[in-house]
Amino acid sequence: MAEIIVVTSGKGGVGKTTTSASLACGLAQRGKRVAVIDFDIGLRNLDLIMGCERRVVYDFVNVIQGDCTLRQALIKDKRIDTLCVLAASQTRDKDALSDAGVRRVLDELAADGFEYIICDSPAGIEKGAHLAMYFADRAVVVVNPEVSSVRDSDRILGLLASKTQRAERGNGAVKEHLLLTRYSPRRVASGEMMSVDDVREILGLDVVGVVPESPDVLSASNAGTPVILNGDSDVSGAYQDAVARLLGETVPMRFTQEPRKGFFARMFGG
Amino acid sequence: MGLLALFRKTPSSANVAKERLRIIVAQERSARGGPDYLPLLRRELLEVIRRYVNVDPSSVQINLGREDGHEVLELSVALPQGRGAGPGG
Ligand SMILES: Nc1ncnc2c1ncn2[C@@H]1O[C@H](COP(=O)(O)OP(=O)(O)OP(=O)(O)O)[C@@H](O)[C@H]1O
Ligand SMILES: [Mg+2]
Repeated sequence: MAEIIVVTSGKGGVGKTTTSASLACGLAQRGKRVAVIDFDIGLRNLDLIMGCERRVVYDFVNVIQGDCTLRQALIKDKRIDTLCVLAASQTRDKDALSDAGVRRVLDELAADGFEYIICDSPAGIEKGAHLAMYFADRAVVVVNPEVSSVRDSDRILGLLASKTQRAERGNGAVKEHLLLTRYSPRRVASGEMMSVDDVREILGLDVVGVVPESPDVLSASNAGTPVILNGDSDVSGAYQDAVARLLGETVPMRFTQEPRKGFFARMFGG
Repeated sequence: MGLLALFRKTPSSANVAKERLRIIVAQERSARGGPDYLPLLRRELLEVIRRYVNVDPSSVQINLGREDGHEVLELSVALPQGRGAGPGG
Protein backbone atom coordinates (compact mmCIF):
# COMPACT_ATOMS: atom_id res chain seq x y z
CA MET A 1 0.00 0.00 0.00
CA ALA A 2 1.36 3.36 -1.01
CA GLU A 3 1.14 6.24 1.40
CA ILE A 4 0.31 9.56 -0.24
CA ILE A 5 1.81 12.62 1.45
CA VAL A 6 0.93 16.13 0.31
CA VAL A 7 3.36 18.95 1.05
CA THR A 8 1.21 22.06 1.22
CA SER A 9 1.04 25.55 2.75
CA GLY A 10 -1.47 27.97 1.27
CA LYS A 11 1.03 30.81 1.15
CA GLY A 12 3.60 30.80 -1.65
CA GLY A 13 7.37 30.66 -1.35
CA VAL A 14 7.50 29.17 2.13
CA GLY A 15 9.58 26.11 1.22
CA LYS A 16 7.21 23.41 -0.11
CA THR A 17 9.37 22.36 -3.05
CA THR A 18 12.56 22.42 -0.96
CA THR A 19 10.77 20.25 1.59
CA SER A 20 9.22 17.85 -0.95
CA ALA A 21 12.61 17.21 -2.58
CA SER A 22 14.37 16.62 0.73
CA LEU A 23 11.68 14.40 2.28
CA ALA A 24 11.51 12.32 -0.91
CA CYS A 25 15.30 11.87 -0.94
CA GLY A 26 15.42 11.12 2.78
CA LEU A 27 12.75 8.41 2.54
CA ALA A 28 14.42 6.90 -0.54
CA GLN A 29 17.82 6.91 1.20
CA ARG A 30 16.25 4.66 3.78
CA GLY A 31 15.43 2.18 1.05
CA LYS A 32 11.79 3.16 0.50
CA ARG A 33 10.46 3.33 -3.04
CA VAL A 34 9.45 6.95 -3.50
CA ALA A 35 7.84 8.98 -6.27
CA VAL A 36 7.72 12.77 -5.96
CA ILE A 37 5.22 14.63 -8.13
CA ASP A 38 5.20 18.32 -9.06
CA PHE A 39 1.58 19.56 -9.01
CA ASP A 40 2.59 23.13 -9.84
CA ILE A 41 1.27 23.05 -13.41
CA GLY A 42 2.63 25.92 -15.48
CA LEU A 43 5.40 26.66 -12.98
CA ARG A 44 7.57 23.54 -13.03
CA ASN A 45 10.32 23.82 -10.40
CA LEU A 46 10.79 20.53 -8.63
CA ASP A 47 12.90 19.22 -11.55
CA LEU A 48 15.40 22.05 -10.99
CA ILE A 49 15.61 21.47 -7.24
CA MET A 50 16.08 17.73 -7.89
CA GLY A 51 18.66 18.50 -10.59
CA CYS A 52 16.92 16.51 -13.33
CA GLU A 53 15.58 19.37 -15.50
CA ARG A 54 17.45 18.28 -18.61
CA ARG A 55 16.02 14.78 -18.43
CA VAL A 56 12.36 15.82 -18.58
CA VAL A 57 10.86 14.41 -21.78
CA TYR A 58 7.28 13.74 -20.73
CA ASP A 59 5.41 15.24 -17.79
CA PHE A 60 2.43 14.68 -15.49
CA VAL A 61 -0.08 16.15 -17.96
CA ASN A 62 1.31 14.01 -20.82
CA VAL A 63 0.61 10.92 -18.73
CA ILE A 64 -2.90 12.08 -17.86
CA GLN A 65 -3.69 12.89 -21.48
CA GLY A 66 -2.31 9.56 -22.66
CA ASP A 67 0.59 10.97 -24.72
CA CYS A 68 2.93 8.52 -23.00
CA THR A 69 2.98 5.83 -20.36
CA LEU A 70 3.68 6.58 -16.72
CA ARG A 71 6.91 4.63 -16.97
CA GLN A 72 8.12 6.86 -19.82
CA ALA A 73 7.46 10.00 -17.80
CA LEU A 74 9.03 8.90 -14.52
CA ILE A 75 12.59 10.20 -14.16
CA LYS A 76 14.79 7.90 -12.15
CA ASP A 77 17.09 9.75 -9.77
CA LYS A 78 20.80 9.32 -10.56
CA ARG A 79 21.85 9.36 -6.91
CA ILE A 80 19.26 7.14 -5.21
CA ASP A 81 17.84 4.34 -7.29
CA THR A 82 14.58 3.92 -5.36
CA LEU A 83 13.56 7.51 -6.16
CA CYS A 84 11.59 8.81 -9.16
CA VAL A 85 10.41 12.28 -10.16
CA LEU A 86 7.30 13.16 -12.16
CA ALA A 87 7.67 16.70 -13.54
CA ALA A 88 4.91 19.27 -13.87
CA SER A 89 3.81 20.38 -17.27
CA GLN A 90 4.60 23.90 -18.47
CA THR A 91 1.19 24.24 -20.09
CA ARG A 92 -0.86 27.32 -19.32
CA ASP A 93 -4.06 25.28 -19.38
CA LYS A 94 -5.29 25.35 -15.80
CA ASP A 95 -7.65 22.44 -16.38
CA ALA A 96 -4.96 20.08 -17.64
CA LEU A 97 -5.15 18.11 -14.40
CA SER A 98 -8.35 16.19 -13.88
CA ASP A 99 -9.61 14.43 -10.82
CA ALA A 100 -9.86 11.10 -12.63
CA GLY A 101 -6.48 11.55 -14.29
CA VAL A 102 -4.68 12.24 -11.01
CA ARG A 103 -6.41 9.29 -9.39
CA ARG A 104 -5.32 6.99 -12.22
CA VAL A 105 -1.66 8.07 -11.97
CA LEU A 106 -1.62 7.61 -8.18
CA ASP A 107 -3.24 4.18 -8.48
CA GLU A 108 -0.73 3.16 -11.11
CA LEU A 109 2.20 4.30 -8.94
CA ALA A 110 0.82 2.30 -6.02
CA ALA A 111 0.32 -0.77 -8.21
CA ASP A 112 3.90 -0.36 -9.39
CA GLY A 113 5.10 -0.82 -5.82
CA PHE A 114 5.90 2.74 -4.79
CA GLU A 115 5.65 2.98 -1.01
CA TYR A 116 5.55 6.76 -0.69
CA ILE A 117 4.11 9.29 -3.10
CA ILE A 118 5.04 12.88 -2.25
CA CYS A 119 2.81 15.53 -3.83
CA ASP A 120 4.45 18.98 -4.06
CA SER A 121 1.47 21.34 -3.97
CA PRO A 122 1.33 24.72 -5.68
CA ALA A 123 0.59 27.76 -3.51
CA GLY A 124 -2.96 29.00 -3.09
CA ILE A 125 -6.22 27.13 -2.68
CA GLU A 126 -7.15 26.71 -6.36
CA LYS A 127 -7.51 23.55 -8.39
CA GLY A 128 -3.83 22.48 -8.37
CA ALA A 129 -3.60 22.75 -4.59
CA HIS A 130 -6.94 21.00 -4.25
CA LEU A 131 -5.91 18.04 -6.42
CA ALA A 132 -2.52 17.78 -4.69
CA MET A 133 -4.24 17.26 -1.34
CA TYR A 134 -7.40 15.44 -2.44
CA PHE A 135 -6.07 11.87 -2.33
CA ALA A 136 -3.62 12.37 0.54
CA ASP A 137 -3.29 10.10 3.56
CA ARG A 138 -1.02 12.57 5.32
CA ALA A 139 -0.19 16.23 4.97
CA VAL A 140 3.03 18.04 5.76
CA VAL A 141 1.94 21.64 6.29
CA VAL A 142 4.93 23.88 5.64
CA VAL A 143 4.88 27.07 7.70
CA ASN A 144 7.21 30.02 8.21
CA PRO A 145 7.10 31.62 11.68
CA GLU A 146 5.32 34.67 10.36
CA VAL A 147 1.69 35.85 10.63
CA SER A 148 0.44 35.42 7.05
CA SER A 149 1.99 31.99 6.63
CA VAL A 150 0.45 30.74 9.89
CA ARG A 151 -2.98 32.09 9.03
CA ASP A 152 -2.90 30.61 5.51
CA SER A 153 -1.83 27.26 6.85
CA ASP A 154 -4.87 27.25 9.09
CA ARG A 155 -7.07 27.71 6.03
CA ILE A 156 -5.32 24.71 4.51
CA LEU A 157 -6.07 22.70 7.65
CA GLY A 158 -9.73 23.57 7.15
CA LEU A 159 -9.60 22.25 3.57
CA LEU A 160 -7.74 19.09 4.60
CA ALA A 161 -10.54 18.41 7.05
CA SER A 162 -13.34 18.93 4.53
CA LYS A 163 -12.24 18.86 0.88
CA THR A 164 -10.29 15.60 0.69
CA GLN A 165 -11.34 12.11 -0.29
CA ARG A 166 -10.76 10.90 3.27
CA ALA A 167 -12.97 13.68 4.66
CA GLU A 168 -15.69 13.09 2.08
CA ARG A 169 -15.76 9.33 2.54
CA GLY A 170 -15.42 9.62 6.29
CA ASN A 171 -12.72 6.96 6.42
CA GLY A 172 -10.36 8.63 8.88
CA ALA A 173 -8.95 12.14 8.76
CA VAL A 174 -5.85 13.09 6.82
CA LYS A 175 -2.99 12.96 9.34
CA GLU A 176 -1.55 16.45 9.60
CA HIS A 177 2.01 17.40 10.49
CA LEU A 178 3.55 20.82 11.00
CA LEU A 179 6.92 21.54 9.41
CA LEU A 180 8.26 24.89 10.49
CA THR A 181 10.95 26.23 8.21
CA ARG A 182 13.17 29.30 7.79
CA TYR A 183 13.42 29.26 11.57
CA SER A 184 15.89 31.55 13.23
CA PRO A 185 16.68 30.59 16.86
CA ARG A 186 18.53 33.87 17.33
CA ARG A 187 15.50 35.94 16.35
CA VAL A 188 13.22 33.75 18.47
CA ALA A 189 15.51 34.33 21.46
CA SER A 190 15.36 38.08 20.97
CA GLY A 191 11.56 38.06 20.72
CA GLU A 192 11.40 39.04 17.05
CA MET A 193 10.10 35.70 15.78
CA MET A 194 7.43 33.31 17.03
CA SER A 195 8.82 30.12 18.53
CA VAL A 196 8.01 26.52 17.61
CA ASP A 197 5.82 26.32 20.70
CA ASP A 198 3.94 29.48 19.74
CA VAL A 199 3.08 28.13 16.28
CA ARG A 200 2.31 24.66 17.60
CA GLU A 201 -0.07 26.16 20.14
CA ILE A 202 -1.87 28.38 17.61
CA LEU A 203 -2.38 25.61 15.05
CA GLY A 204 -2.65 22.68 17.44
CA LEU A 205 -0.53 20.39 15.28
CA ASP A 206 2.22 17.94 16.01
CA VAL A 207 5.63 19.13 14.83
CA VAL A 208 7.35 16.84 12.35
CA GLY A 209 10.34 19.12 11.86
CA VAL A 210 11.94 22.50 12.42
CA VAL A 211 14.27 23.60 9.66
CA PRO A 212 16.58 26.54 10.28
CA GLU A 213 16.99 29.47 7.94
CA SER A 214 20.25 28.84 6.10
CA PRO A 215 22.22 29.95 3.04
CA ASP A 216 22.82 26.24 2.35
CA VAL A 217 19.32 26.01 0.85
CA LEU A 218 20.20 28.47 -1.89
CA SER A 219 23.52 26.83 -2.70
CA ALA A 220 21.83 23.42 -2.84
CA SER A 221 19.22 24.74 -5.26
CA ASN A 222 21.95 26.38 -7.35
CA ALA A 223 23.60 22.98 -7.65
CA GLY A 224 20.41 20.97 -8.22
CA THR A 225 21.10 18.84 -5.13
CA PRO A 226 18.27 18.46 -2.62
CA VAL A 227 19.62 20.11 0.53
CA ILE A 228 19.15 16.97 2.63
CA LEU A 229 22.04 15.45 0.67
CA ASN A 230 24.41 18.16 1.92
CA GLY A 231 25.43 16.24 5.02
CA ASP A 232 27.43 19.12 6.53
CA SER A 233 24.42 21.38 6.79
CA ASP A 234 22.10 21.83 9.80
CA VAL A 235 19.25 21.93 7.27
CA SER A 236 20.16 18.43 6.16
CA GLY A 237 20.11 17.22 9.77
CA ALA A 238 16.75 18.88 10.34
CA TYR A 239 15.22 17.18 7.28
CA GLN A 240 16.75 13.81 8.27
CA ASP A 241 15.02 14.18 11.63
CA ALA A 242 11.73 15.03 9.92
CA VAL A 243 12.02 11.88 7.79
CA ALA A 244 12.64 9.82 10.93
CA ARG A 245 9.54 11.29 12.57
CA LEU A 246 7.44 10.63 9.48
CA LEU A 247 8.52 7.02 9.82
CA GLY A 248 7.30 7.02 13.40
CA GLU A 249 10.66 7.33 15.17
CA THR A 250 11.02 9.62 18.18
CA VAL A 251 13.95 11.98 17.84
CA PRO A 252 14.75 15.03 19.94
CA MET A 253 14.30 18.44 18.34
CA ARG A 254 17.61 19.95 17.17
CA PHE A 255 18.55 23.36 15.72
CA THR A 256 15.85 25.20 17.66
CA GLN A 257 18.25 26.72 20.18
CA GLU A 258 20.88 29.32 19.58
CA PRO A 259 24.42 27.99 19.98
CA ARG A 260 25.42 28.71 23.60
CA LYS A 261 26.94 32.08 24.22
CA GLY A 262 29.29 33.23 26.97
CA PHE A 263 28.12 34.42 30.38
CA PHE A 264 28.16 38.11 29.54
CA ALA A 265 26.25 37.75 26.31
CA ARG A 266 23.63 35.63 28.03
CA MET A 267 23.11 38.13 30.85
CA PHE A 268 22.58 41.05 28.58
CA GLY A 269 20.83 39.35 25.70
CA GLY A 270 21.20 40.51 22.18
CA MET B 1 16.23 36.00 26.63
CA GLY B 2 18.68 38.20 28.48
CA LEU B 3 18.28 40.18 31.68
CA LEU B 4 17.49 43.35 29.80
CA ALA B 5 14.47 41.70 28.21
CA LEU B 6 12.92 41.32 31.66
CA PHE B 7 12.72 45.08 31.99
CA ARG B 8 11.29 45.62 28.58
CA LYS B 9 7.89 47.21 28.97
CA THR B 10 6.33 46.55 25.59
CA PRO B 11 5.60 42.93 24.69
CA SER B 12 7.97 41.47 22.12
CA SER B 13 6.81 41.60 18.53
CA ALA B 14 6.63 37.79 18.52
CA ASN B 15 4.14 37.93 21.37
CA VAL B 16 2.06 40.50 19.55
CA ALA B 17 2.02 38.22 16.48
CA LYS B 18 1.01 35.25 18.58
CA GLU B 19 -1.87 37.09 20.25
CA ARG B 20 -3.18 38.43 16.95
CA LEU B 21 -3.03 35.00 15.36
CA ARG B 22 -4.68 33.33 18.31
CA ILE B 23 -7.68 35.62 17.93
CA ILE B 24 -8.00 35.55 14.15
CA VAL B 25 -7.48 31.80 13.91
CA ALA B 26 -10.12 31.16 16.57
CA GLN B 27 -12.53 33.48 14.78
CA GLU B 28 -11.93 31.90 11.37
CA ARG B 29 -12.21 28.40 12.77
CA SER B 30 -15.53 29.14 14.41
CA ALA B 31 -16.90 30.53 11.15
CA ARG B 32 -15.59 27.52 9.21
CA GLY B 33 -18.17 24.89 8.44
CA GLY B 34 -20.67 27.24 10.02
CA PRO B 35 -23.38 29.02 8.05
CA ASP B 36 -22.23 31.31 5.22
CA TYR B 37 -24.27 34.19 6.61
CA LEU B 38 -21.97 34.77 9.60
CA PRO B 39 -19.83 37.50 8.01
CA LEU B 40 -22.93 39.35 6.75
CA LEU B 41 -24.66 38.93 10.11
CA ARG B 42 -21.61 40.39 11.81
CA ARG B 43 -21.57 43.37 9.46
CA GLU B 44 -25.26 44.13 9.90
CA LEU B 45 -25.11 43.75 13.67
CA LEU B 46 -22.19 46.13 13.70
CA GLU B 47 -24.24 48.67 11.75
CA VAL B 48 -27.13 48.45 14.20
CA ILE B 49 -24.87 48.73 17.24
CA ARG B 50 -23.11 51.70 15.72
CA ARG B 51 -26.40 53.58 15.58
CA TYR B 52 -26.29 53.65 19.38
CA VAL B 53 -22.64 53.50 20.36
CA ASN B 54 -19.48 54.32 18.52
CA VAL B 55 -17.71 50.98 18.59
CA ASP B 56 -14.79 49.76 16.56
CA PRO B 57 -15.38 46.77 14.22
CA SER B 58 -12.78 44.76 16.16
CA SER B 59 -14.83 45.10 19.37
CA VAL B 60 -17.65 42.96 18.01
CA GLN B 61 -16.92 39.25 18.34
CA ILE B 62 -19.19 36.57 16.99
CA ASN B 63 -18.50 32.99 17.83
CA LEU B 64 -20.38 29.89 16.92
CA GLY B 65 -19.95 27.16 19.48
CA ARG B 66 -21.60 23.99 20.69
CA GLU B 67 -23.18 23.38 24.04
CA ASP B 68 -25.17 20.30 25.02
CA GLY B 69 -25.76 19.43 21.39
CA HIS B 70 -27.07 22.91 20.54
CA GLU B 71 -25.33 25.41 18.37
CA VAL B 72 -24.77 28.61 20.30
CA LEU B 73 -24.21 31.95 18.66
CA GLU B 74 -22.18 34.07 21.02
CA LEU B 75 -22.05 37.81 20.54
CA SER B 76 -19.82 40.04 22.57
CA VAL B 77 -19.47 43.78 22.18
CA ALA B 78 -16.80 45.70 24.04
CA LEU B 79 -18.25 49.16 24.74
CA PRO B 80 -15.93 52.14 24.61
CA GLN B 81 -14.67 53.74 27.83
CA GLY B 82 -16.74 56.57 29.30
CA ARG B 83 -20.29 57.69 28.63
CA GLY B 84 -21.51 59.67 25.73
CA ALA B 85 -19.26 57.97 23.25
CA GLY B 86 -22.04 58.95 20.86
CA PRO B 87 -23.27 57.26 17.77
CA GLY B 88 -20.80 56.50 15.07
CA GLY B 89 -20.65 58.03 11.60
N1 LIG C 1 15.43 26.83 5.33
C1 LIG C 1 15.60 27.79 4.40
N2 LIG C 1 16.56 28.72 4.54
C2 LIG C 1 16.72 29.68 3.61
N3 LIG C 1 16.03 29.78 2.48
C3 LIG C 1 15.06 28.87 2.27
C4 LIG C 1 14.79 27.82 3.20
N4 LIG C 1 13.78 27.07 2.71
C5 LIG C 1 13.43 27.61 1.52
N5 LIG C 1 14.20 28.69 1.24
C6 LIG C 1 14.13 29.54 0.05
O1 LIG C 1 12.83 30.02 -0.10
C7 LIG C 1 12.48 30.13 -1.47
C8 LIG C 1 11.17 29.39 -1.74
O2 LIG C 1 11.38 28.00 -1.53
P1 LIG C 1 10.50 26.91 -2.30
O3 LIG C 1 10.60 27.09 -3.76
O4 LIG C 1 10.85 25.60 -1.71
O5 LIG C 1 9.06 27.37 -1.79
P2 LIG C 1 7.64 26.90 -2.33
O6 LIG C 1 6.75 26.92 -1.14
O7 LIG C 1 7.74 25.64 -3.09
O8 LIG C 1 7.26 28.09 -3.33
P3 LIG C 1 5.99 28.12 -4.34
O9 LIG C 1 4.81 28.47 -3.49
O10 LIG C 1 6.33 29.20 -5.30
O11 LIG C 1 5.89 26.76 -4.96
C9 LIG C 1 13.65 29.58 -2.26
O12 LIG C 1 14.42 30.65 -2.72
C10 LIG C 1 14.41 28.77 -1.23
O13 LIG C 1 15.78 28.74 -1.53
MG1 LIG D 1 7.04 25.12 -5.06
